[in-house]
Amino acid sequence: MIGNKQIITIKGTREGLSLHMDDACSFEELIKELEEKLAANRIDSADHLVGVHIQLGNRYLYKEQEEILRKMITSKQRLKIESIHSDVITKQAANEWKEEAEVKAVSRVVRSGQVLEVKGDLLLLGDVNPGGCVTATGNIFVMGNLLGIAHAGKDGNADAVIAASYMNPTQLRIADYISRAPDHETDGVYMECGHIDDEQEKIIIDRLQAVIRKRPGISSFERRMLNG
Amino acid sequence: MGEAIVITSGKGGVGKTTTSANLGTALALMEKKVCLIDTDIGLRNLDVVMGLENRIIYDIIDVIVGRCALKQALIKDKRFDHLYLLPAAQTSDKTDLTPDGMEKIVAELKPEFDYIIIDCPAGIEQGYKNAVAGADKAIVVTTPEKPSVRDADRIIGLLEQEDIEPPKLIVNRIRNHMVQEGDMLEVDEIVQVLSIDLLGIVLDDDEVIKASNHGEPVAFQPNTKASIAYRNIARRILGESVPLMSFESEKGMFSRLKKLFSKSK
Repeated sequence: MIGNKQIITIKGTREGLSLHMDDACSFEELIKELEEKLAANRIDSADHLVGVHIQLGNRYLYKEQEEILRKMITSKQRLKIESIHSDVITKQAANEWKEEAEVKAVSRVVRSGQVLEVKGDLLLLGDVNPGGCVTATGNIFVMGNLLGIAHAGKDGNADAVIAASYMNPTQLRIADYISRAPDHETDGVYMECGHIDDEQEKIIIDRLQAVIRKRPGISSFERRMLNG
Repeated sequence: MGEAIVITSGKGGVGKTTTSANLGTALALMEKKVCLIDTDIGLRNLDVVMGLENRIIYDIIDVIVGRCALKQALIKDKRFDHLYLLPAAQTSDKTDLTPDGMEKIVAELKPEFDYIIIDCPAGIEQGYKNAVAGADKAIVVTTPEKPSVRDADRIIGLLEQEDIEPPKLIVNRIRNHMVQEGDMLEVDEIVQVLSIDLLGIVLDDDEVIKASNHGEPVAFQPNTKASIAYRNIARRILGESVPLMSFESEKGMFSRLKKLFSKSK
């Protein structure tokens, strides 16, 4: 069927070895060929660990298959798997990915006692009243008054930001960080954005323009893909 | 076919019962057939504010469990022939009242009356659910204080989930001098946060307390601040457009001019 065509092609690159695996054969055949290839190419045990990048093409690996592959490559030689790249993912993963990357627009008032949770970014056209709470796994943008609680990067994304047309929140939370309003009454601020400052290790509020400079990837799809 | 309006607030003590009694009275003054329903089982006092306590024989629970017919439990007001009260029970088991039972009672009253005013108990539990069950419209009462506004916000959120028209707001017990000195929330501020239509404002008025003690709703009085406010609200319920009462009349000419100019900026 496959004839003499090689199932696995090995190329040396600057980053290490690149293993291209044919995606038309069965997994058993692949494993068999891999075993042969690994046995044929002895690498001196005194050598450094060599990084391996695996290109699967249009092949999807189940968790168990990936385990087998990893074990074979790392146990037999002085090789280290740097990355496994496949051109395909499951529909489920794709949907989750998409959800994480989407901006969800919601138009309503989040009132006292109400909680609005979304995956991905939240664009709220309306207010968050005192006692109300909005959460998102990504960023939160409020086109209105943010007077309640906002929690961005709920699953741990510390790069997430919280922006609001008018900001006078009870609490801002980003990933694991929490900041609260001061005990004295304050006037809110307009068009500002809360984010985690890496040096101070806490949430600070700054002008929207300044934050955009700090988080250049805020709206790019690439960032979402990497995070996804 | 009449319409049922529930008067609610979330927080206790902001003036739900007083508002119910006075709106009922004001609507009756305008020749409307009105029935007041007290749903605060165990803590009834709409009958006291209306001065009808001594006439109670049957109550709403008696109607629900079938001890009497609905007509028998209705108390006719001593001043009007077209104002009635369905009192709450004081001692009965309050779990007898259910949203279903309430809906039935309101449905039975609707053909007979122009307006059915339902006085809701404080809180967001069973009592609130009962009171809202039969209503077509809702009026949320709040005072210019943060806790009260917070609870009103919560209630509005819950009302939005019900199958009724968007609620309207009454800001009760506004104290002139405190608002002017910035010690009380301003009406504009409250309306902005709650983002619902303002139906009316009622100034704090000692006459209201006096009237409650006499069992004569203040709306009967010809020209106290509160009675005019309640009658204005009743007219707005009837669809008239009545301007909001100015409560800055005590301010000097100069400051009013100043405000006028600062607004037009």
